[in-house]
Amino acid sequence: MTSKEWRQLTLLLVAVALMALIPLGDDGYWLSICISIVMFTALATSWSIFSGPTHYISLASAAFFGIGSYVTALGFESLSLWVLVPIAGVMGALIAALIGLATLRLSGVYFVIFTLGLAELIRQITTWVQNASGQKGFYVLTDVTESQLYWALLGLCLFVFLLGGLIERSRLGFAVRIIGDDEAVARHVGINTALTKVILFMVPGAVAAMVGAILAPRYVYIEPSLAFAPILSFQVVIMALLGGTGRLWGPLVGVVPFTFLWEFLSSTFPNQTTLLLGVAFLVIVFVLPQGFIGLFASIKRRMNGGRA
Amino acid sequence: MDILITGILLGGTYALIAMGLNLQYGVARIMNLANGEMLVAGGFAAFWFYVNQALSPLLTWVLVAPVAFLLNWLIYQIILRPLVKRAKNRGMLERDSILATFGLSFIGVGVMLASFGGDYFSYSFAATPVVIFGDTFGLNRVLSFVAAVILCGAVYLWMHFTRIGMAMRALAVEPRSAGLVGIKVSKLAAIAFALGGTITAVGGSLISTYLTLDASTGVVFTLKALIIVIMGGVGDIRGTIIAALMLGIIETLVASLIDPGLTLAAAYLLFILILLFRPQGLFGRVRS
Repeated sequence: MTSKEWRQLTLLLVAVALMALIPLGDDGYWLSICISIVMFTALATSWSIFSGPTHYISLASAAFFGIGSYVTALGFESLSLWVLVPIAGVMGALIAALIGLATLRLSGVYFVIFTLGLAELIRQITTWVQNASGQKGFYVLTDVTESQLYWALLGLCLFVFLLGGLIERSRLGFAVRIIGDDEAVARHVGINTALTKVILFMVPGAVAAMVGAILAPRYVYIEPSLAFAPILSFQVVIMALLGGTGRLWGPLVGVVPFTFLWEFLSSTFPNQTTLLLGVAFLVIVFVLPQGFIGLFASIKRRMNGGRA
Repeated sequence: MDILITGILLGGTYALIAMGLNLQYGVARIMNLANGEMLVAGGFAAFWFYVNQALSPLLTWVLVAPVAFLLNWLIYQIILRPLVKRAKNRGMLERDSILATFGLSFIGVGVMLASFGGDYFSYSFAATPVVIFGDTFGLNRVLSFVAAVILCGAVYLWMHFTRIGMAMRALAVEPRSAGLVGIKVSKLAAIAFALGGTITAVGGSLISTYLTLDASTGVVFTLKALIIVIMGGVGDIRGTIIAALMLGIIETLVASLIDPGLTLAAAYLLFILILLFRPQGLFGRVRS
């Protein structure tokens, strides 16, 4: 590792350690905001590990999140939550691999379309299975506190950042950057493009499922339309793109302001949140195609240019 | 037999909607994910005119079509044209247009929620039974089917027997060369996009006579239309019609034999099979 990487690692650990102190100071409103922020940081960062370099817009987050919360809902009576979370991760990764094998061999459009309806598809099937067994939903009653959930999510975030850093340094990360630049070139230099994409897609799948598993106790009652709410996928996409997917910490820059904006809007104008999502998409396309980090970079460049 | 006919009746309207999307994606190269919202808006218009003005949904298209055409033309010129211009390659345009039309789709839902509320809306139009081959069907379904067939036929003839239709097909096959033979690509793409939106909106008016819609159902129709377009092959009208009928039949089959809540699952089953075995579409040829 270079000295720059050591510095980044230290910075990350210090930040996580500071964030871990928050529940000691406040366990009401601010903690719940911080849970949202940490949750979306894990989701958006893992999303951009796959979608950043490949440019494939994945809308599968809600589906994996739902799968994860169902793992907890079905298993919490016999197993501890801390065992269920890794199980959810493995499930998420396996399902992501299956979806990837079916769609990622082809052009990216098919993948987008497929993931667009994935949450709805799994919701329909789950509802059907539950109707057949006569159950509408599950109560998830545990003695896990908000603070513990927060720490678990924070730990997951740390894991995502470390994993992202590792992938970036690895042959896999190098391969996927080439695929993103030009897939034909990637194939010609001997990269197994389909396999690379499938492996990377397993990352957001596993992370979203783990987030869902961790947060299930917070919902208390789990039912299909709640667990598989498709809006989550769109929030993740917007936050990640708003921040910028070119750097590992990019999505974080989008998550923090958007969470506050969302919190504010959904409490003052609860009916206008869809409108906000729509406007956010247009802003991303027309004003911030590279996200906030792209904006910072161009400001920095302009200032340097002015000096020279 | 009952299922087969219901499926074909449903498939007819699907064909119309998917044809609209196919013009937008196949000719104008815009992956329009706000397509379903246009459909719901068409349905809302039919509903409003029927309830407030007692105007038959079979006639509202005269009003819906020009408005939808203008609206879609403006959307293309103002929002999508800049994206087409700045795109360096097809992939970039696809990504940008997906994000932009997501935005439009959410704005559409938001506006419709604000103006009509989140309730389901339905009305009773031509709900008299018709007997076909010994089974009874709602007259509204049959009428919608006939209207869809006439419109699909008209679009097909227009695409194949007029100059502008031929230019459209040229654009669908090879956008770059189309410019070389004197086709005004940007003008024509705008017309194709507007026409596609119009067809979808009219399809929405028709479908609202027998299906219950609400402000946020649009995305389900977008998905179905996308699946049909992929199944039938991008830019291929004949394939679209057959794929739409297949989807209509399979959906009805699943809904009546297993569970009416599983219609999207049925569509996905078809989608996966197509992706695995014929990703180029039913009649598509593998591109080199």
